[in-house]
Amino acid sequence: MKRSFLKTAAAVALGASLGLTSAMATAETPKKGGVLNFVVGSKIPSYDGHIETTFGMIHPIRPFYSVLIRVNPDNPSSPTDFVCDLCVGDVPRPTDDGKTYTFKIRQGVTFHNGAPLTAQDIKATYDKIIFPPDGIASARKAFFSMVESVTAPDDTTVVFKLKYPSGSFIPALATPFNFIYSKADLDQHGHTWHQRNINGSGAFRFVEHQPGAFVEGARNDNYYVDGKPYLDGFKAIAAPKMAVRLQAIRGDRAAIEFRGFPPKARDDLVKALGDQITVQESDWNCVLLFTPNQKRKPFDDVRVRKALTLAVDRWGGSKYLSRIAIVKTVGGVAFPNHPLAATQGELKQLAGYGTDLKKSRAEARRLLKEAGAEGLEFELHNRGVDQPYKVVGTWLIDQWKQVGLNVRQRVQPTGPFYDTLRKKKDFDVSLDFNCQSVVNPLVDVSKFLGSAGNNYGEYEDPVLEELFDKMNRSGDEAEQRELMRAYEKRALDEMAHIGVTLWWYKINPHRSYVKGWKIAPSHYLNQALDNVWLDK
Amino acid sequence: MATPDIGYDSGIEELPKSKTWLGAALEMMRKQPLGAAGGFVVLVMIFMAVFAELIAPYDPEANSFEFMLVGPSTDFLLGTDQFGRDLLSRIIYGARTALYVGFVSAFFGATAGLVLGVASAYFGGRIDLLFQRVLDVFMAFPLIIMALAVVAILGTGTQNVIIAITVPFIPQCARVVRSSALAIREIPYVDAARACGFSHTRIILRHMAPNVMAPYLIMLTSFVGQAILLEASLSYLGLGVQEPTAAWGLMLQGGAEEYAESAPWVAVFPGLAITLAVFGFNLFGDALRDMLDPKLRSR
Repeated sequence: MKRSFLKTAAAVALGASLGLTSAMATAETPKKGGVLNFVVGSKIPSYDGHIETTFGMIHPIRPFYSVLIRVNPDNPSSPTDFVCDLCVGDVPRPTDDGKTYTFKIRQGVTFHNGAPLTAQDIKATYDKIIFPPDGIASARKAFFSMVESVTAPDDTTVVFKLKYPSGSFIPALATPFNFIYSKADLDQHGHTWHQRNINGSGAFRFVEHQPGAFVEGARNDNYYVDGKPYLDGFKAIAAPKMAVRLQAIRGDRAAIEFRGFPPKARDDLVKALGDQITVQESDWNCVLLFTPNQKRKPFDDVRVRKALTLAVDRWGGSKYLSRIAIVKTVGGVAFPNHPLAATQGELKQLAGYGTDLKKSRAEARRLLKEAGAEGLEFELHNRGVDQPYKVVGTWLIDQWKQVGLNVRQRVQPTGPFYDTLRKKKDFDVSLDFNCQSVVNPLVDVSKFLGSAGNNYGEYEDPVLEELFDKMNRSGDEAEQRELMRAYEKRALDEMAHIGVTLWWYKINPHRSYVKGWKIAPSHYLNQALDNVWLDK
Repeated sequence: MATPDIGYDSGIEELPKSKTWLGAALEMMRKQPLGAAGGFVVLVMIFMAVFAELIAPYDPEANSFEFMLVGPSTDFLLGTDQFGRDLLSRIIYGARTALYVGFVSAFFGATAGLVLGVASAYFGGRIDLLFQRVLDVFMAFPLIIMALAVVAILGTGTQNVIIAITVPFIPQCARVVRSSALAIREIPYVDAARACGFSHTRIILRHMAPNVMAPYLIMLTSFVGQAILLEASLSYLGLGVQEPTAAWGLMLQGGAEEYAESAPWVAVFPGLAITLAVFGFNLFGDALRDMLDPKLRSR
């Protein structure tokens, strides 16, 4: 009783302090100047936001670009609060029975090369994202399956016509990866030019990138929001090892890391630096998955895939891994706290989510025997990032060992890791993730579609595609929820296309002098840095 | 059989009796106490590696989260890591990884260097010049840089780590062996072998190579220590052996850094194991050099 009261009191105090911190942040007058140093734990596979899905790219590159609309930087935890970035006024309401969205575009905005930004650039950008030419990848193409056309009747108007009304359109539009590119660049240099070049209209201009060392940006004096950005510039320092990132903050060589640290790291920093450290925490719209390559035997056999998921003790993993890794919540395909997400009772009906672990593992062994895959040896392909990939990878291998599987691990740095997933495809089972920005389960779950640009399972499942389509066309939340359960059952249980491990939990301890940045339920959101200032 | 008494001093000394292994070990302990200590460490490592299954108290890869980060105790003599794995068991099994990578890469590196070095000295002229300039290029890179470059090209994993460590050893051994082989080339028996019409391969492998065994063995033992250190460095950098394999360098990565303050045993014991192993091999290698080098042996 006493302990429970203390916990409640501590939670209230933490909440109050966080609330107080945010209230103070809004009340304080931002100071201009200074360079924000932050650490990034992953490399930059390319500069192209339209094909990338990693924080390693978004943290250092997002400040160079503008987007059409974005999550409100002052209220980033809300899944429904969006504001215009390049459009004017409020985010428009749909017309034509919810099928047409008309955006008026800011005038006077220029790209960093001096060219004016018009509605034609926005149309060209979204054409690339939604209707990419053959051979051009687009990681979020599936988000926009409801879009029929994008037009720009004049230089200040962009019109999106939808095939059917969809509540997931605006959240998809607010995805921070939707960098606005210059039409002239796309026309002159082609659709892959932005993978190696930067020409944005964001709050900061690109100065220098030394691969493996840092990315440097300087204030864009022609930025279209008066008085912003507050910073003179920023330096994103590459530090793949978590210990280095921690020590960088501890030694004040860097002020913040935007992705997240495990609980132990937070406690160490707070213990060492006291009130010089501010901690922001949030649930995280990010889940770690394992994807079997169905083009490889025996992973084309649903019994083997199902055995892989049945062997995993998710409830035990949640209890223990949350102490050493940035994962915590047991969930299905949808963000756990969302109304469309499965309840605990619903989850327990799925393969691999039951609480009787012995029964699950016996079933896994039976399925493996039936499939002739007893004692199967295979390779787990993993990303060379400590948290949570390598920690969860090590845990998974032990889980699979419990049903007689013999798994080796191949770890690759971020660039080669993606190269293996996207081009070489020479893996048996790979650690994978579904990290989305705006909480929008209706489109976030597109990851599980065989046709999705960021799905690496090498399978086709028309039933799943149909369920996804129906779910996105439905305007009724109860029906959406029902369809989501069927979709989840199909993806995780009946076909076991992909295995869900645990959802992430975001903890951001940072130097208290960093102001204006608010934690969001995603490490992709709120990274434009135009609101950030240093209280030094 | 007694020597016959022929009534005068023949001036012929009695041939020394051949030593037993035990006798040799005892003599080494007396003459080279540090080398003997190094040899003891090496023997302990070999024993741990060979009998790991018998002496390790727990499965080195099994997670036991209920025992995560437990300090040294009677149950876990060296404590546990963040996955609840017994550190003693991982260190014992880690000796197997270290020795496997160490011996294999040292053997192949030194042997390839031996063949190349002897061949270079034997042929001389332009071939020797070309060989030596190529070796110069390789030797211009520090060991770790060369190993990193090889891993970057081939990727991670035990086999690739062995290749990565072997490659930089080759020129080092080749250079040392060549200098000995240059002297041997001028000895008449090599000319005699040539006169008998033996093939180059036979002369190199059967007549010259056995005569440069002393520097070869010395390089081999010193390479094992270096290879263990290199393997640990590559694994520490995440480029070597991967989890859940028990390897000392890997044990220093991740958790050891993260929990260095609150659970120092996670970092201290694997670090000690690496230090002791490298120290042991170096001491043993030095002693071996002293014993095999006739100039030093008489001191």
